Amino acid sequence: MRAFATLLRRDLAILLPGGSRGSAFLPLIFFLLVAVLFPFAVGPEPGLLARTGGGVLWVAALLASILPLDRLVAADREAGVFDQLRLRGVSEEVAMTARLLAHWLSFGPLILIATLPAAALLSLTGDTFWRLFVSLLAGTPGLAAIGLITSALLASLRGGTALAGLMLAPVAVPLVIFGAGHLARDDISGALFAAAFSLVLCAIAPFAAAAAIRAARD
Amino acid sequence: MQARLLATNIACLRGERLLFRKLGLDLGPGDLLQLRGPNGIGKSSLLRILAGLARPSAGTIERGGEIGLMDGRHALDSDRTLGDALAFWARLDGCADTAKPMARLGIDTLADIPTAYLSTGQKQRAVIARLLFRARPIWLLDEPFAGLDSASQTLLAELVAEHCGAGGLCVFVSHQPADLPARTLDLADHTA
Repeated sequence: MRAFATLLRRDLAILLPGGSRGSAFLPLIFFLLVAVLFPFAVGPEPGLLARTGGGVLWVAALLASILPLDRLVAADREAGVFDQLRLRGVSEEVAMTARLLAHWLSFGPLILIATLPAAALLSLTGDTFWRLFVSLLAGTPGLAAIGLITSALLASLRGGTALAGLMLAPVAVPLVIFGAGHLARDDISGALFAAAFSLVLCAIAPFAAAAAIRAARD
Repeated sequence: MQARLLATNIACLRGERLLFRKLGLDLGPGDLLQLRGPNGIGKSSLLRILAGLARPSAGTIERGGEIGLMDGRHALDSDRTLGDALAFWARLDGCADTAKPMARLGIDTLADIPTAYLSTGQKQRAVIARLLFRARPIWLLDEPFAGLDSASQTLLAELVAEHCGAGGLCVFVSHQPADLPARTLDLADHTA
């Protein structure tokens, strides 16, 4: 448990905004850019924007979550961090659990906060804004989990980042369907499905990512 | 420290190529072993197998005691300061006083500098300091003298001698004849 706290502290120091890897604001900027550019592309008619805006922001959140994947696992693998951890009795599963939490904290809350200005830019109604907020809250942990697995799988490949988007997108389709589906329905079932999917992914991710790191070891 | 490293009948297969086979080791407290052999013969692979980070294709290994590994990779966060990067490992190692090992290696003055700005030799010294954060009976060192200036090489030889004197054991890979009373094992004698 003490090891987990130590790992989490380091991961947060590296990944959070103002942290040393310094790419934490990229997803936020990307997300807001989509909200700024979309009205220019489809025209400023409020009805159209309000109808399509929520879905567009969901796709923007998904694509934004790909941006930090570049060095999420690969940098530590190259530096031999996981080997040194193993020799200290810290399993890859523990390391990946801390990484998953830190990874979500580095982009999830920022995107949730950015939903407010983005909703204003796309003239979403108050009701749609709350639906979007809730469904992103339910879905972004799942995006973080898929991102971590992808990043761990591709860590040993040169130029694997380009593949990250291709690998992440198909697995994330159910999240988008349920998450964005929540925007159009009156009940909460869509968000609940997205949350359930997120939960399953977060439960699997540390083990899958740890297995990927071990498989790349020898 | 009750150090022990027993390897029986180890073989290592890399892809289709058999690197070495029928290799045995029996090391106890105070033992110092230098691995030698031409490039690519499997010295680093053997160290990783001994450390338990890779599986041997055949044979068994018994380890008595924790392992301290120093390979070519420093495992220090290059974008944080050296002090922060080492403090992370110190917390994991349960080391309360990092100042002493850092001072011994002459890197205490570098604590505020981002690791990325350090030279190879300075990083290597930081890695050696990390090795001292916790008393580990088994040291496995891959090219530990590479990149070090002559003063640091002498210091490292001293540290290894102290480690073995305190009942630890050490296996290291080096091409230079190290100034240490080490037995040598030439992997060329164990190729297929």
